[in-house]
Amino acid sequence: MVMFTAMNVLPSLFGGGGGDTISQIISMLFYVVFIVFIFYGQRIQMYVMIREVEGSLYKLKYIREEGRKIAIETIKEIGKPQTDPSTRVDRYLEYFTISPQSMDPAGIVYKLDHILDVRDTRLKDEVKLMAPASDDVQVNNLENTLEAAMALNYIYKVVRHYYIQGKKTLSLYIIMQLQMILPLVMKEAEAYASALKAFADGQPIGDGAGPLVAAKLMHGYETRKVPKDCVVATVPIESRTAFIIKAEGPGGNVGKPGDAVKTVIDENKGKISSVIMIDAGLKLEGEPVGEVAEGIGAAIGGPGVDQYKIEDAVVKYKIPLNAVIVKEDIGDAVSPMRKEIADSADKVIERVKNVILERTKEGDQIVIVGVGNTIGIGQ
Amino acid sequence: MSEKSSTSAANKISTYLMMIVLIVLALSIVALILSVNAFIVGNEIVAGYLMVLGFIAMAVAAYVLFQSRKRVASMKIEAPKVMTTIECRKCGIKNVREFKRGDFVFKDLEPCQKCDDKMIITAIYKEVKEKEKTYGV
Repeated sequence: MVMFTAMNVLPSLFGGGGGDTISQIISMLFYVVFIVFIFYGQRIQMYVMIREVEGSLYKLKYIREEGRKIAIETIKEIGKPQTDPSTRVDRYLEYFTISPQSMDPAGIVYKLDHILDVRDTRLKDEVKLMAPASDDVQVNNLENTLEAAMALNYIYKVVRHYYIQGKKTLSLYIIMQLQMILPLVMKEAEAYASALKAFADGQPIGDGAGPLVAAKLMHGYETRKVPKDCVVATVPIESRTAFIIKAEGPGGNVGKPGDAVKTVIDENKGKISSVIMIDAGLKLEGEPVGEVAEGIGAAIGGPGVDQYKIEDAVVKYKIPLNAVIVKEDIGDAVSPMRKEIADSADKVIERVKNVILERTKEGDQIVIVGVGNTIGIGQ
Repeated sequence: MSEKSSTSAANKISTYLMMIVLIVLALSIVALILSVNAFIVGNEIVAGYLMVLGFIAMAVAAYVLFQSRKRVASMKIEAPKVMTTIECRKCGIKNVREFKRGDFVFKDLEPCQKCDDKMIITAIYKEVKEKEKTYGV
């Protein structure tokens, strides 16, 4: 009823009045549009969504190709290879890792740990073959660059898979799911795109907030290597002895803080009053970047192996586990470090000192771990 | 070769879209010419319709073209400007310069011009100008 009234009124708004040819044509057009929308509304909606996904897919393709190009150029520039590394890079981008079988979960952490070790060694060897003139720091940076390119390649391929599948089956629900998560996928892809340049140049990234704090605390003190790819320094803080641990920089490296913490605790036969972990933490929308928060537990991301090892070590000796995080979003975590995050290092040190004063006694031994990628941060 | 062609495929505005835009533009021009003719003949109502139709079609075509170009432009990966802070711990001199490959935090640099002590890199960061939207909540 309402529709019919609208259809009669609308043509007359254009000056027809109901009698002449033009208003009849417009009326007919309204009927046609109405009928088309009744039968093909969902399909039209799907085509609109497909078009939107297609636009994002083009952008993802562009980002992926740029990533590949940056990786190849950086390898040529730093590694001085004798032959063109493009084929090897393309092969590298397709590498995959199969996670261990979890039907019988007993011992899965160490199986995963082993697989990750093998993967790391294999990828590093590949980088050394691609870039023979690069030193250890550059090998780490190139590995990180290639990993970012690999992530972009994977994101593009998955989105393309669902896009083609949706188009083939003309299933609204496949396309709809893809279109709904696309803003988040694009955000992640853009984050990896900005990470590429940072990794290629060896710039500190937002994830390096933990290593930056640890580096500030240990700077000027003697360091020694601990397994795996980490360094430890013995530093007096507030009349306590602190063992400061971070991944060995300045190459792109996260190390294995789980093994490092376990080693230091075992070396001191468990006589540690507190373990304090510093890491970058994902912020919620609305929270400011670089905000510092304090809590309990193992502040560490990744596949969970290091978290397991740290928790295992502290439970064995009943050591309290404290955490201080610097809030940032995924984009900030993998792109060059923002000034707010760099400035928050001093605030974190103050918070750590407060925790030490409130939770430990003079003469105690404590472990402070700066967790994250130490690219562009020395010690 | 394949790399080049696929990059340009990602860069260019879709030919299909471009064709539609050009057809609509051509039709809008035809509508405007017809409206002038109708006005000369004295058929003012038809002239008005054609003129409105022509302008709307032209505006839509221009908008679609503008949006497509904007999408292509937004594809560029912009490298942010990264700064390096260099400090002399002894006399407190502080310099900020653009990041150079090979810089890292706590890298020892050339001696300080004032006190001859070693200068070190104390921070490497990018400055983000735009503030995050909080929508007033």
